[in-house]
Amino acid sequence: MKHSVTLDKERCRGCTTCVKHCPTEAIRVRRGRAHIIEERCIDCGECIRVCPNKMKKAVCDPLDRLQEFPFTVALPDPSLYGQFRNTDDVNLILAGLLGMGFDMVSEVAEGAEYISLATRTLLAENHELPRPLISSGCPAVVRLICMRFPKLMPNLLPLIAPFEAAAIKARKDAVARSGLKPEEIGVFFISPCAAKATATRYPMSLEERVVDGVLSMTDVYKELLSTMKKAPDPAPQLCKSGPMGVGWARAGGEMAALPGVRCMAVDGIENIIRILEDLEDGMLPDMDFLELDACNQGCVGGVLTAENPYVSRAKIRHLTKTMPEKRNKALSPDTFAVQLELVHAPSWKLDDDIVEALRKAARIEELRKQLPGLDCGSCGAPSCRALAEDIVLGIGKENDCIFRLREKMQIIAGSDKADDYLPPPFRRGEKREKGASGENE
Amino acid sequence: MSESLHLSYTVDGSDFTGAGRASAAMKRILREIGVDMDTIRRCSICMYEGEINMVIHANGGTADVYIDENGVKIVLCDEGPGIEDVERAMQEGFSTAEQGVRDLGFGAGMGLPNMKRYSDEMAIETEVGRGTTVTMTVHFPKGGGDEP
Repeated sequence: MKHSVTLDKERCRGCTTCVKHCPTEAIRVRRGRAHIIEERCIDCGECIRVCPNKMKKAVCDPLDRLQEFPFTVALPDPSLYGQFRNTDDVNLILAGLLGMGFDMVSEVAEGAEYISLATRTLLAENHELPRPLISSGCPAVVRLICMRFPKLMPNLLPLIAPFEAAAIKARKDAVARSGLKPEEIGVFFISPCAAKATATRYPMSLEERVVDGVLSMTDVYKELLSTMKKAPDPAPQLCKSGPMGVGWARAGGEMAALPGVRCMAVDGIENIIRILEDLEDGMLPDMDFLELDACNQGCVGGVLTAENPYVSRAKIRHLTKTMPEKRNKALSPDTFAVQLELVHAPSWKLDDDIVEALRKAARIEELRKQLPGLDCGSCGAPSCRALAEDIVLGIGKENDCIFRLREKMQIIAGSDKADDYLPPPFRRGEKREKGASGENE
Repeated sequence: MSESLHLSYTVDGSDFTGAGRASAAMKRILREIGVDMDTIRRCSICMYEGEINMVIHANGGTADVYIDENGVKIVLCDEGPGIEDVERAMQEGFSTAEQGVRDLGFGAGMGLPNMKRYSDEMAIETEVGRGTTVTMTVHFPKGGGDEP
């Protein structure tokens, strides 16, 4: 599997912060460096968010890639509109993008409107699709479902993502405007997160790439601060999207575009995992649509954004309340149908043979009971249970546990005081050494 | 070559939000073993309903899970008040839960009926004043795990 989250190996200090926060337990520290277990990574970006040394990065393209194409189109994610405290004018932001050297701007918010309208049609007319339909807008969620909730894969909305809808339209428009060939057009998506960056490079639902490059929203933001100042005043009328599409930038925005539908919006990857568990067990109330955003507050909370997610969520709400309604014409959902079937990528299976899997599971339980249960992370795994799994799967050893190692050292050294070998939080005091003396009771 | 796995959980009776922990832990292990999704779901529901029952009526108890290549056996054991009339307790909508519990959305009288519905076999041993043991079995479909 291909990813956009990478690690600056030189600068990683081997702390276990990312290991602990990874929602899919995909990171281990080995030889003083964090390593990502590729099959388990969903590109949610939590590790980038929490890294105290800012070692983890989302791989994006440098801005000078624009030079490779005779004609370039910027595809700003709607979350970009929430990054600027001092302006409510989307036209000004888009003019700033032209000032950066793009020849054309095509809004992902416009693509989002098409997808919202097509979703309405599907919900109203297609009764064969299972309920609830789950939004396919967040690629981290789609990956999570493919990996861990295969039973829910049929519930994923069978429509392409807004940036894909926008990219396809943008290339057509650019060809018409420039007279160039489609391959001479450089379509650049301005991404708020690692998951979308990956999705542009390795499409999950389209046969081929529709975007030529991905730019980090933070990189673009820095440029825009100066180009927006130089933009004509008033800025030309460039914005073609309305509140429906722009709202997608925040949690609840996609849901707001589906009036009269029983739906629920959940943001934050851990919250989503809990909801999907319940949905899988049939424990959620009846619903027609679930909007799931891996980042807290929605796309405005992406790791590549510049503004505080709460501030930009408020900004997006304000924009959607004050922007004029510019309803795009609804197109048939077939226009935006997915081209590829999603593939189940299991990563939580111990063995293909159930008898062997049971044997491994029993061994994991046995090891787990022997480990101290402190989940300290010193072994490089997120928890004692994860270490037990690693041992059975052959990627960890019992002596990776510093407590187990200390016990061995203690035996070798012949000391009868275990506490001599333990840091203060973990010393066991009288209870262990004096045993039955009853001092504790 | 019968390989079996025994899992053991304590269900804390003092806390509603604690119900579901055993079910979640069991689910994770069933998934790792590669049990098909439908069987996992049935086991989860049986366990979850059982946990809720033990919290509401019996101030908690223990949950033991035995897994082998044929299926899953869940044994829920409590030292609660026991069930006076098992036949009535099995009726949908019958509940002895207090109003406070019902206000929280529990005690709808669907616990035992659901456990019966989603398990292949269920047995209840109960004695008033002593406690209740519910044993449920869920068989794996023939042919082992599925590949969705």
